[in-house]
Amino acid sequence: MSSLLRQRQSLTFRARSYTAFVFTPQPPIADWLALLDATLERSKGFFAGHPVALDLSAAQLAPDAVAQLVADLAARNVRVLGIEGVELDTGDARLPPLLRGGRVQDVELSELDPVAEAAAAAPAPKKQEAASLLIDSPVRSGQSVAFIEGDVTVLGSVASGAEIIAGGSIHIYGTLRGQAMAGAAGSRRARIFCQRFEAELLAIGAYYKTADEIEDSLRRGPIQAWLDGNNLRISAMN
Amino acid sequence: MSEGRSARVVVVTSGKGGVGKTTSTAAIGAALAHLGDKVVVVDFDVGLRNLDLVLGAERRVVFDLINVINGVAKLPQALIRDKRLENLYLLPASQTRDKDALTEEGVGKVVAELRQKFDWIVCDSPAGIERGATLAMRHADTAIIVTNPEVSSVRDSDRIIGLLDAKTEKAERGECIDKHLLVTRYHPWRAARGEMLSIDDVLEILSVPLLGIIPESEEVLRASNLGSPVTINAALSAPARAYFDAARRLKGEQIAMQVPSESRGLFTKLFGRKAA
Repeated sequence: MSSLLRQRQSLTFRARSYTAFVFTPQPPIADWLALLDATLERSKGFFAGHPVALDLSAAQLAPDAVAQLVADLAARNVRVLGIEGVELDTGDARLPPLLRGGRVQDVELSELDPVAEAAAAAPAPKKQEAASLLIDSPVRSGQSVAFIEGDVTVLGSVASGAEIIAGGSIHIYGTLRGQAMAGAAGSRRARIFCQRFEAELLAIGAYYKTADEIEDSLRRGPIQAWLDGNNLRISAMN
Repeated sequence: MSEGRSARVVVVTSGKGGVGKTTSTAAIGAALAHLGDKVVVVDFDVGLRNLDLVLGAERRVVFDLINVINGVAKLPQALIRDKRLENLYLLPASQTRDKDALTEEGVGKVVAELRQKFDWIVCDSPAGIERGATLAMRHADTAIIVTNPEVSSVRDSDRIIGLLDAKTEKAERGECIDKHLLVTRYHPWRAARGEMLSIDDVLEILSVPLLGIIPESEEVLRASNLGSPVTINAALSAPARAYFDAARRLKGEQIAMQVPSESRGLFTKLFGRKAA
């Protein structure tokens, strides 16, 4: 974190890849927008402030129609970062830049829910070189680590009053005393592992358990938590 | 005052109030001075100053930290020399102002000037995580985190450690601030009965090296009320010896850690509980 504040001697440019939601509109566009509205109704504000790319390979649109679609999305608080799957005049100021070479990551939209929304709205970490984040120091009370792009591994302990939010799984090799929320981007396969379990709250996707709801026999031992249908299950790992 | 010393700036902090920051600042400051170093203790608790009382200097305060920051007084005018230890000085806080009167630039200038004149600059942080506390830790090379062996104090200390690792100048340069844990108000008999967190529990939760364990004692309270740090007033008492050991460890000496235990004389066994 602090390294970002080091003084820079000269201006450098770097390429960096980011994760964005990709929309693939199907013609007719009006119907597709209605479908999008219905989705947004269920998960209000989920896309607000998040980058979205448009894949127009399924809907061959004229530049004017693309501009109209971008404006329609903007009216729904969806900001389009770039467009792919279509050849357009890159000089048209109404249109976002063309994107190439994107890679697919799984995000199940049907799983969006209030917990995931809150998690996704948390600030993303500053470095995103790989889809996993390694933290080799204790996570202190009041600190929040949010990494929607993938797994989080913590080598130390997570203190009471600290939280870890991961798009994927969470691995904690110390004691988990705070909150761990895995699968924040909607993945149902995310799990939480910890060496010593004294957590305040565990959540995977929409499903959570507070310390009160968790069997005492699991405390102080190594556990894993996963989703079994609509149940958050926790078991000892020996 | 000799110039060009390599001063160490120590912040005594905790997050939670009432755990013994001011008492520990005075005791460790006095112990370091007694060991021959030139020490200034700085009260950052603007508006709620106490360090002057604990050092028995409250009747000699003319100018304070805020006056120096505002340019009303020069630093040497505001420094109060201890009557018992000639190496010990106090820079008092203002009682009539509040923490907004502290500016980052002003504090930086004062600390830089103190670095020229002293071996140790021991900063007594106010409780909380707001301006006063963050400015007290801002320029520190070393932090002493004062913790009582109970859950609320430990969690607040953990929060403070997070801030020490993020908001200090040293952390922002990408270096790691030196952190030491001082456990105060430790009751051996309560620990034995499992009514308090054990030292091991505290260390496991905070994962910061231990500087010392100060037993709960009447002597500490008596010394504070007399306006004399326990390391001056009752230098042979158990808490004073623990503070002296902590001061020596701060100077880099290797001293075996003593966990205060119940195995004391018959007298203390009989009357120990009353002393709590």
